[in-house]
Amino acid sequence: MPIELKMPALSPTMEEGTLARWLVKEGDKVSSGDLLAEIETDKATMEFEAVDEGIVTQILVAEGTDGVKVGAVIAMIQGEDDAAPAPKTVAAPTPASVADVPAPVVSSPVNDVPAQPKKTDLAENDRVKASPLAKRIAVNKGLDLTSVAGTGPNGRIVKADVEALSGEGRRAVAPAELDRGLRAVTAAVTQTIDTDIPHEVVKLSNMRKTIARRLTESKQQVPHIYLTVDVRLDALLKLRSELNASLENRGIKLSVNDMLIKALALTLMQVPKCNVSFAGDNMLQYNRADISVAVSVPTGLITPIIVDAANKPLSKISTEVAELAARAKDGKLQPHEYQGGTASISNMGMMGIKQFDAVINPPQAMILAVGAGEKRPYIIDDALAIATVMSVTGSFDHRAIDGADGAMFMKVFKELVEKPLGLVA
Amino acid sequence: MSDYDLIVLGSGPGGYVAAIRAAQLGLKVAIVERENLGGICLNWGCIPTKALLRSAEIYHYMQHAGDYGLTAANISADIDAVVKRSRGVAKQLNQGVTHLMKKNKITVHMGDGKLLAANRLSVSKDGKTEELTAKNIILATGARARDLPFAPADGKRIWTYRHAMVPSEMPKKLLVIGSGAIGIEFASFYNDMGAEVTVVEMLDRIVPVEDADVSAFLEKALTKQGMNIMTGAGVESLKATASGVSASIKGKDGKVIASEFSHCIVAIGIVPNTENIGLEALGVEMDRGFLKTDANCRTNVPGLWAIGDITAPPWLAHKASHEGVIAAETIAGGHPHAMDPKNIPGCTYCHPQVASVGLTEAKAKEAGYDVKVGNFPFLGNGKAIALGEAEGFIKTVFDAKTGELLGAHMVGAEVTELIQGYTIGKTAEMVEADFMHTVFPHPTLSEMMHESVLGAYGKMLHM
Repeated sequence: MPIELKMPALSPTMEEGTLARWLVKEGDKVSSGDLLAEIETDKATMEFEAVDEGIVTQILVAEGTDGVKVGAVIAMIQGEDDAAPAPKTVAAPTPASVADVPAPVVSSPVNDVPAQPKKTDLAENDRVKASPLAKRIAVNKGLDLTSVAGTGPNGRIVKADVEALSGEGRRAVAPAELDRGLRAVTAAVTQTIDTDIPHEVVKLSNMRKTIARRLTESKQQVPHIYLTVDVRLDALLKLRSELNASLENRGIKLSVNDMLIKALALTLMQVPKCNVSFAGDNMLQYNRADISVAVSVPTGLITPIIVDAANKPLSKISTEVAELAARAKDGKLQPHEYQGGTASISNMGMMGIKQFDAVINPPQAMILAVGAGEKRPYIIDDALAIATVMSVTGSFDHRAIDGADGAMFMKVFKELVEKPLGLVA
Repeated sequence: MSDYDLIVLGSGPGGYVAAIRAAQLGLKVAIVERENLGGICLNWGCIPTKALLRSAEIYHYMQHAGDYGLTAANISADIDAVVKRSRGVAKQLNQGVTHLMKKNKITVHMGDGKLLAANRLSVSKDGKTEELTAKNIILATGARARDLPFAPADGKRIWTYRHAMVPSEMPKKLLVIGSGAIGIEFASFYNDMGAEVTVVEMLDRIVPVEDADVSAFLEKALTKQGMNIMTGAGVESLKATASGVSASIKGKDGKVIASEFSHCIVAIGIVPNTENIGLEALGVEMDRGFLKTDANCRTNVPGLWAIGDITAPPWLAHKASHEGVIAAETIAGGHPHAMDPKNIPGCTYCHPQVASVGLTEAKAKEAGYDVKVGNFPFLGNGKAIALGEAEGFIKTVFDAKTGELLGAHMVGAEVTELIQGYTIGKTAEMVEADFMHTVFPHPTLSEMMHESVLGAYGKMLHM
């Protein structure tokens, strides 16, 4: 009995993927657990395992094919005997389970939006503060108002705003920006750049496309506020060397970043107003701090997650980060290892960056941007002295987090790092 | 150091409102006025004419008392007493503005103001001149009636609105040149008061800025009241004589007829008061004689602002007031919302009244809209019939695509008090469904507003 082998959904947001490489060929006998193919999703390259036994009779999608829709038949397997249990086709690795985070994960607003928004997208307009006429025009034109900045009373979206969005209005409501926003949300518009400069066209990887889309959407839809503090590192560095001395025989070497991950998680637990996700009509208040750690990989950037970092010892965080980062660089992370998280940390200190503002990774509501720890002139007890100081900037989703709460967060974080025994308590 | 944060030149409904708003926002404000606080509007325009028209209306009702089962005998009109009442109303409001200036601690400088620089002006009165400086100056000098080039008003036989408001005698046979709001209001007033009135309009219909249906209906109604209306006609010559005016009028058919009248009112438009206030030296940008301003009433000269009749149309008191608030709030550092000219209503207080907001049906079609039109007659409204005012209609023009109310046009009793309903709806960007979902009280004339909207979508109930 032939079994259809279908393109698996390897992550909750995956709608299509690239069939990177077949690991079997026609005529091969496979059994449950055998690797069939490598599939590149928007985030990573994943191995695709067989659950049924049989012989691969036909490969329908050649390797290297991209844009293969989830559910499309990619190969046929002939069962060994017809009396075999009812075919289950092939199960994908379990998609990231929403149970990984205590609060349900908000379905990311950054799924691929089709060129024509779905009915449900327009229903979203009902909850948007817009005049009846603005809503009507949006429905007629198939526009999503959720990200439009209103210029009417109390930020109400009015006709002129919608017309500017659809490129009709002549009123100067930064129409260029709104127009750009429209293009980004409605369709992946292919832009042709005419240039005489010698160049080659580099095809975007799925990861690059996802990064481009998500960062654009974050900056357009999430009002960021940035709060920077200078944090004295001397005590933390001293603690680190002491801890590393005692961890040496276990082969563990803590990085400053490992300690900052712990500090971030502890701060989120102490200032829960910043451990949230903004979800339109409501907000998710997380009861656990899962930290997404930005890891640079050859094809872009990925954020493996240290789950429940506040309750993990530094040694555990350190080994987990090292292990996840290594697999991230090989493109071998499983979706649940990089999807989710309640806040992110991005550290560019090793590159000597003094200070920067990071882009929030929705639906998370904050990200911490860590600059280089460097010796700076520092006033200690009213005298000029030298201290190791780093600048840390928190980016907060201002829809969910007030400035005062963000400021409290930065204060608590600074205190934790400057009096770092709390990290090991 | 300037004497003031803001000086407003002109104290009409634009200027005095700007001064009040600025003072409320904590600015040190002065206002310069050459004649009467309150300007034309409440001294020589909107308000005193409404007082006159009220007298005419009551006179009209008394003459038709029988229609209501009443008897009124020996009815007569005393034009001097009617004018006296009108002046009394104007005086009361003028004093009201004086009080408002005092209450808001606005310094009033009486005299002729003239700009010396963008932040400095002189005020002259009785040969004495003082100089004032301010961080900002708002020009609100208004407009005056346009004269016929060949027959300037003399105040005796040839009048502007201003003379027509304080007649020394009741005209027997009146010629009104121009059928805009001012011309048609005076024509209606004197017609009700018993004069024999002829209206000459150059364009092919009266109240030409209104919807064509309104023009046609009004012409019929006024003609029925005994008015002689000549459209597509022009006055070729006009001459005051000892006993009246003689005019030769070229009719629609091209024939010129000579006629004698006792008086003539010239109401062919307005001229902005932009002379002798020092604009030329400052290089203030103009557009067809009016000052050019941005959405917040700034001229091209920093610190110099302009509102009301010296700027772009419509030349209406409420537009001037609204601009006054926008300018004052902007000067005080605020960010007021700009005004949409399509949401400025217009009212004409003839009998029957005319009121409108937004685009006419023709203008909407011209602009490329696919329109849905509703039209509900007063005849279908219980309250109108009970009032004995069953003439008129309410017309609405919607964009078929979006349900936007593009325009509303009314003629009939009290429509000037109704138009605000549609204006609110337009300003809040309501669509047809919102108007349909609104509960209008019964029995009122406003129910016709509901019916007109329903009618545009084929859902009319009472016709």
